[in-house]
Amino acid sequence: MVELQVEIVAADHFVWSGAAKLVKGRTSNGEIGILPGHVPMLAVLAAGDLEIVPVSGSRFSVQVDGGFFSVDADRVVIVADNAVMADSVPAGTR
Amino acid sequence: MGAQIRVYRQKIASTTSMGKIFKAMELIASSRIGKARARVSASLPYANAITRAVTAVASQSEVEHPLTTEPESIRRAAVLVMTSDRGLAGSYSASVLKQAEHLVELLHSEGKDVKTYLVGRKAQAYFDFRGRDYAKVWTGGTDAPEFATARELREVLLKDFADEFEAGGVDEIHVVFTQFKSMVVQEPTVIRLLPLEVVEEESETPADELLPLYEYEPEPEQVLDALLPRYIESRIFNAMLQAAASELAARQRAMKSAGDNAKDLIKKYTRLRNNARQAEVTQELSEIVAGADALNG
Repeated sequence: MVELQVEIVAADHFVWSGAAKLVKGRTSNGEIGILPGHVPMLAVLAAGDLEIVPVSGSRFSVQVDGGFFSVDADRVVIVADNAVMADSVPAGTR
Repeated sequence: MGAQIRVYRQKIASTTSMGKIFKAMELIASSRIGKARARVSASLPYANAITRAVTAVASQSEVEHPLTTEPESIRRAAVLVMTSDRGLAGSYSASVLKQAEHLVELLHSEGKDVKTYLVGRKAQAYFDFRGRDYAKVWTGGTDAPEFATARELREVLLKDFADEFEAGGVDEIHVVFTQFKSMVVQEPTVIRLLPLEVVEEESETPADELLPLYEYEPEPEQVLDALLPRYIESRIFNAMLQAAASELAARQRAMKSAGDNAKDLIKKYTRLRNNARQAEVTQELSEIVAGADALNG
């Protein structure tokens, strides 16, 4: 099955990485959902919640206050100014 | 004679207690280096991701952005000097300041004005003592920099960069900091922060691998607007973290050699003290013998 490789990094630390089925975020133009096979893109993130549906485990959200993300060959890199994880993040990654 | 022994004893005692301080400082520095280096590597994913994105935007779209375009004439340059807050780190701050002096000299010889920004109390003391003026100084926490400081630095620098020359603005920005190469090698380095030359640092992608053709949301200009300040922030932050690691490494080395010197001194003074004591004993003996001889005779 095709999946997304997601990496979330904040300015001074690494936040989360893992495989996901869907990443939902808010850009300055509105909400966007990224599924596997998305065209390469670079977008500016607006402050708000990111939602991630990992391959294993239940969906969780990460609160970011701005940043940007890039999608490129099913690799999603989310660069946040400041990222706060909601609780109940699936274990296995950090 | 007895006075001599007492002097040596005092010297031994004071050197021993100084040696203990050096040892403690060395241990503190070495325990903090690990953390400082970990922070440098923790900031790498962010820096790499940003660099990659900036490179992609800058190389693919013909976007003219004030941050990336070379001004026609450079009349004033800003120099940001990163030193430490505290001393006892060998030549750490001195070599950064020396490097900064060279840079300022070079800029002056090119006919540019120089506006200086300082980080660290040592740089402030250096400039104050010589009666030179500087635009702004940040002190505190040079051995454990915070991201908020990097953001503040970026805000001030970018504001100056955006300002007109007549209003005190600058046309280029240089940063002088100490690059942490390894535990034994730290090098004072100068980088030109603005106008931007996008450099790829420790990227995992080989040079021949093409960057994908990105779609931008909203527009390349806005994406660049959002990206570039962050890129600069991340470079400043990275420089601060490297400077912090270098400071600690320099301090550890300085304290180690100070501790070694203290040990040598203690050894030397102990020998001298023993000598003096022996001389005293010998003299007393000969005095007693001479006295006994005089009484017997």
